[in-house]
Amino acid sequence: MSAGPMNDSRTNDSRTLDVATIRADFPILEREFNGRRLVYLDSAASSQKPRQVLEAMDRYYETTHANVHRGVYQIAADATHQFEAGRAALARFIGASDPEEIVFTKNVTEAINLVAHSWGRTHLAEGDAVLLTEIEHHANIVPWLQLQQERGIELRYIPVDDDFELDLTDLDRLLDGVKLVGITAMSNVLGTIPPLRRIIDAAHAAGALVLVDGAQWVPHLPTDVAELDCDFFGFTGHKMLGPTGIGGLWARREILESMPPFLGGGEMIRDVRLDGFTPNDIPWRFEAGTPPIAEVIGLHAAIDYLDALGMDAVRRHEVELTTYAMEHLTGRFGDRITIHGPADPTTRGGVLSFAFGDLHPHDISQVLDQEAVCVRAGHHCAKPLMRRMGVGATARASLYLYNDESDVDALGEALASASDFFAF
Amino acid sequence: MPGLEDLYREIILDHYRNPRNRGELESPPAHRAEGFNPLCGDEIVVTLLVDGDTVTDLKIGGQGCSISQSSASMMSAAVKGKSVAEARGLVKAFKAMMSIHEAELDSDGEPDEVLDPEAEPGAKLGDLEALRGVVKFPVRIKCATLSWNTLVNALDDLES
Repeated sequence: MSAGPMNDSRTNDSRTLDVATIRADFPILEREFNGRRLVYLDSAASSQKPRQVLEAMDRYYETTHANVHRGVYQIAADATHQFEAGRAALARFIGASDPEEIVFTKNVTEAINLVAHSWGRTHLAEGDAVLLTEIEHHANIVPWLQLQQERGIELRYIPVDDDFELDLTDLDRLLDGVKLVGITAMSNVLGTIPPLRRIIDAAHAAGALVLVDGAQWVPHLPTDVAELDCDFFGFTGHKMLGPTGIGGLWARREILESMPPFLGGGEMIRDVRLDGFTPNDIPWRFEAGTPPIAEVIGLHAAIDYLDALGMDAVRRHEVELTTYAMEHLTGRFGDRITIHGPADPTTRGGVLSFAFGDLHPHDISQVLDQEAVCVRAGHHCAKPLMRRMGVGATARASLYLYNDESDVDALGEALASASDFFAF
Repeated sequence: MPGLEDLYREIILDHYRNPRNRGELESPPAHRAEGFNPLCGDEIVVTLLVDGDTVTDLKIGGQGCSISQSSASMMSAAVKGKSVAEARGLVKAFKAMMSIHEAELDSDGEPDEVLDPEAEPGAKLGDLEALRGVVKFPVRIKCATLSWNTLVNALDDLES
């Protein structure tokens, strides 16, 4: 097994992605619709899965399935071993030194809800402030709004400027009295990558902890939570080639140990009496009930797949492809297309939200679907950001390691069809 | 696979490009209701004035895709000047046209008589028939019905 993305990247720094070979690993990309190949440009919503992930999950169900942390017999011990090996692989992949600091959750949404319910309810009182940003996904807003309703905490937001970057002018004032900063590592709408380290350092200096939403980061760039020096980090498996229903929360041990259980049930206890219970150690304290075992094993296979490619190589590929996409689309359509988000492809992610003429994103997406080009249309679970941008919705094409220039060209062709159809 | 012409009929695009009864009436006296499509962010604001039993004026605000906007525009033209009961009949007929069962999605034929809006006595959909093709694109049905559900809320508000 590889030693983790940071080490990989140092030893294989010059690797490039062989997209043709990669595509052959993804069965769904072989599908055709009306004789057209599938052009999948919605990986920011959910990535496709390579054969290696699907086979790992099948193999587990066919040979090893039993419940974890219970049985004495061989396959139960094997299942437990594979499950915990997944936790260790994830820890390595995100730069966490201790696998027991990884709590498995369904996704980032559940990871943030875990922090809000468990840490938030024991560490935040009326008048305490939580600082978020205007570019957050609903998953990093609504749990805090719920806590605001319940506890009377104060919510503040770091604004986004007209260049789609966070405006940190008033950061020190915004941080005054803040207990927690919740921030995305990459906007799922704009591709904006905030200066996390600067914000984290300022937050710590002000006495606040920092929760990072890594949903859009972990699949696309090398991750090192130790280097980042954040306090909570959420991630989700299905955007990084893994199955749905598995993600996680990393937090420093002393923080996790200060948090009461969120869900109660089996697995999360050390002892139960009729008049009380003693919770289990971390991380199992937060993993009530039978966990998604096959999904953890599938995610482990996804991590191995990404490790083998090298996350630096993945990032380089995406920067190159994002550069090509921005140049190709603006070159072809001029001022008829507006790409929302930072202009420099080297400082942003491969998430391209755009407006095309006066066509509504729903209509764009519908016409593109006729040519088997999959893009998202809507508010991308970021309505406050949509309001800030003054739009109801955007169309969004997002790039990943199995996309290449031919996919961008297909998007361009399909947009030209939309332009023809609606005659503008 | 149904073609785009099934969805984007000429009259739909006309209403999208040139929406009728666009704007908002002052409320009060107008009755006002807002509708949201949480999936795509489309928003519709219906304001209407009723004199006696007649919808004397109705305006559509908000923003959305061609289907939601043209449906709202055609709805405004169809409902204006009608009695409240007639307006409710139109809602019923339109929603009947928009309801479709899984099995019918496989056939290329028009929806059968059971779903015929003419089964709603007195309700003439007229131009709104152009939206019939939307049922072949199930994801878009909510776009077409958004303004009608919002109208129902405004009428309920009126009668409460």
